[in-house]
Amino acid sequence: MTEAVTIEARNAVKAFGQGDHAVRALDDVSIQIRKGEFFTLLGPSGCGKTTLLRLIAGFEMPTSGAILLDGADITELPPNKRPVNTVFQSYALFPHLSVAENVGFGLTMQGRPKAEVDRRVAEMLALVKLETMAGRKTSQLSGGQQQRVALARALAPQPKVLLLDEPLSALDLKLRKEMQVELKRLQTETGITFIFVTHDQEEALTMSDRIGVMSAGKLQQVGSPKDIYTRPVNRFVASFIGETNFMNATVVPGGVKLGTGDVIEVPTTRPGAVTVTVRPEQVRLVAAGEAGAIAASVKFLVYFGTDTHCHLELADGTEVVARLQSPANGEAGIESGQSVGLRFAPGAAQVLED
Amino acid sequence: MAERAFHVARLPGFATTAIIVFVALYLPIFTLVAYSFNASTSLAVWGGFSLDWYAKAWDNQQVKDATIRSLIIASFAAAISTTVATMAALGTTRRRAFKGQTLIYVAINQPLMVPEIVTAVALMIVFGLIKVWLTSIGMGGLTTGLGYLILAHSAFCIPFAYLPIRARLEGMDLTLETAAADLYASPWQTFRRVTLPLLAPGMIAGAMLAFVISLDDVVITEFVKSGGQDTLPTYMLGQMRRQLTPEINAVSTMLLGLTVVLLTAFFLLTRKKT
Repeated sequence: MTEAVTIEARNAVKAFGQGDHAVRALDDVSIQIRKGEFFTLLGPSGCGKTTLLRLIAGFEMPTSGAILLDGADITELPPNKRPVNTVFQSYALFPHLSVAENVGFGLTMQGRPKAEVDRRVAEMLALVKLETMAGRKTSQLSGGQQQRVALARALAPQPKVLLLDEPLSALDLKLRKEMQVELKRLQTETGITFIFVTHDQEEALTMSDRIGVMSAGKLQQVGSPKDIYTRPVNRFVASFIGETNFMNATVVPGGVKLGTGDVIEVPTTRPGAVTVTVRPEQVRLVAAGEAGAIAASVKFLVYFGTDTHCHLELADGTEVVARLQSPANGEAGIESGQSVGLRFAPGAAQVLED
Repeated sequence: MAERAFHVARLPGFATTAIIVFVALYLPIFTLVAYSFNASTSLAVWGGFSLDWYAKAWDNQQVKDATIRSLIIASFAAAISTTVATMAALGTTRRRAFKGQTLIYVAINQPLMVPEIVTAVALMIVFGLIKVWLTSIGMGGLTTGLGYLILAHSAFCIPFAYLPIRARLEGMDLTLETAAADLYASPWQTFRRVTLPLLAPGMIAGAMLAFVISLDDVVITEFVKSGGQDTLPTYMLGQMRRQLTPEINAVSTMLLGLTVVLLTAFFLLTRKKT
C-alpha cells in the first residue's frame, strides 16, 4: 500500500447550537487517510463519526479546521464539486428512477456522454451482480439488492473516496456477513479509498486496514485492527473493542503492583496509580498456590459453546473474567467457589493512558 | 372472546342516522340531475324526458362565454396559486422550526378562515382604489380585463394548493436531495431532477383542487367582476332574478360532471402508492 494521503482532516471542529448551548460534535479532530485503504471510523452513536463523514462529503461545513483532498483544501467546496461519493444508511435511492438511472445519475450530472454512461452503468451493475435488474424500480428490490444499487451508484463516477455511513445496519445478520465480504471485494477490485462508518466493532476488526476509534467528538486511537485490539491506549478503546478486564495498580520498579499486592511485569513510563487491562482470552488458570500466580476464587461460569467464561474474584474484590476454550465434553473442570491461581500470558497486560 | 373496543358503528340508530345524512347530501344532487332531463319549463313539475335543456344551454352564447371565462380564470388561478404554494411549502417545511412559524401557516391559510364576504368587499375596495389611480395617471385601459379576477382567485386558491403540496413535502426523504448533491447535481439540477419529480403528484393535486375551488366561486367573483364579466356561477346566480328553467339544471349537471372528473383524478393521484 502506498503511503500517499488521500483525505486529511486538520483540527476539524463542528459545533452545533450557539453560545452556552453549543455542543461539539467534533472536537479538534486531525486524521490522515491513505490512498486505497479501507479505513473505518468506529464509535458509539453520537461520537461524531457521522459528522466527520459529512464534513468529508461536504454536507456540513466545519466550524473551524480544514478538510484536504490530495493535499488541496476542499473545505469550501460544495458536495457536488467533490470527487467523493456516499453510500447512505437509508440508501437514499431515487424512487422515481429505475435501477439503471439511479446508477447513472452521477455520471449524467457530470455531463458524460450517454454512450459512456450506458457502458459504465452496465459495468457497475455487473460488478454488483444486478445486470438483470437494470429496468426495475428500486422499490421492487430487496434490502440487499437496494444496498448493491446504492454501492453501484456511488462507485459509478469513480470517486477518489467512497464514504459508507453504516450501510449494513439495516440488513439482517446473514446478509450483513455477505455484504461485508462483498464490500471488501469491491474495495480491492476498484482500489478506491473506502471510509466506512460503523458502531459494530466486529465489522471494523474484520474489514479494515486501519481503524479510527472515536468517542465524545474526539479521535481516541488510530491503528490497525491488531494494534487497536492488542494495544488499546485508554479505557474507552479497551472496553469498546472486545471484552476486557480492568485492574487498579500502582507503578513500582519493574512493573505494576495490583491491589492484591501481586506485581506484574509490564513496561510503563507513567508514575503513580494506573489502570491495567488484560483480555479474557489471555488469562490462564493454574492450580491455587502455584508460585507467581495470583490467587482468585471462581464466582460463576458462563458457557458460550466454543468458550466458557470464568468469572473470578481477586483477594481485593476485583473481578476478572477468563475465557477458556471449552473442552470436547463441554465441562470446564472447575466449579464456582473453587480457589484457583491465575496468570496473564506474556505481554498481554497493558497499562492504559487513563 | 376479547371485549370489543368502542365503535361508533355499533351505537343504536347509527344506520338510520347514516341513511338520513346520505339522503340529505345526495338527494338534492340526484334531483338536480334528474330534472335536467325534464321536458317541462318548470323546475318542479316533471314533464317527461328530454335533452332539450342541454341543447339550449349548449347554444346559449351567455353560458358559453361564462364557461370559457370560468375556465380561463380557473386555469390561471390554478397555475399561479400552485406556483406560489409550492414556494411557500418549500419555504415552510425545509427547515427547523422557527419563531413565527405558526403565524406564517395562519397567514398562508388566511383565506380558509376569514369570511369570504369580507375578503370580497376588501378586494372590491382595493381594486376600486387601484382603478381610480390607474385612471388618474391616464392608464384607464387597465381598469377592465380578467386580471383582477385572476389575481383574486389565485389568492384564495393558495391554501387549497398549499395543503397537498406541503403534505407531500413533509413525507419526502431529505436524504434524497443530499444524495443528488453528492452525485454532482447542482442545486438547480437537484431541484429539477429530484425534488420536482417527487413533488409532482402533490402539485398536480394542489392545482386540481385550486381549479375546482376557483371554478365554483361566487362571492368574491360577484364583488370583483366588472360588467359583462360573468363566470358560470355568477351567470347562474343572475338567472335567479328571472324565470328559472331546467336549463340551469343542465348547466349545473355539466359543471358537476367536470368537478367529479377532476376530483376523481385528484384522489387517484394523491392515493398512496403501495
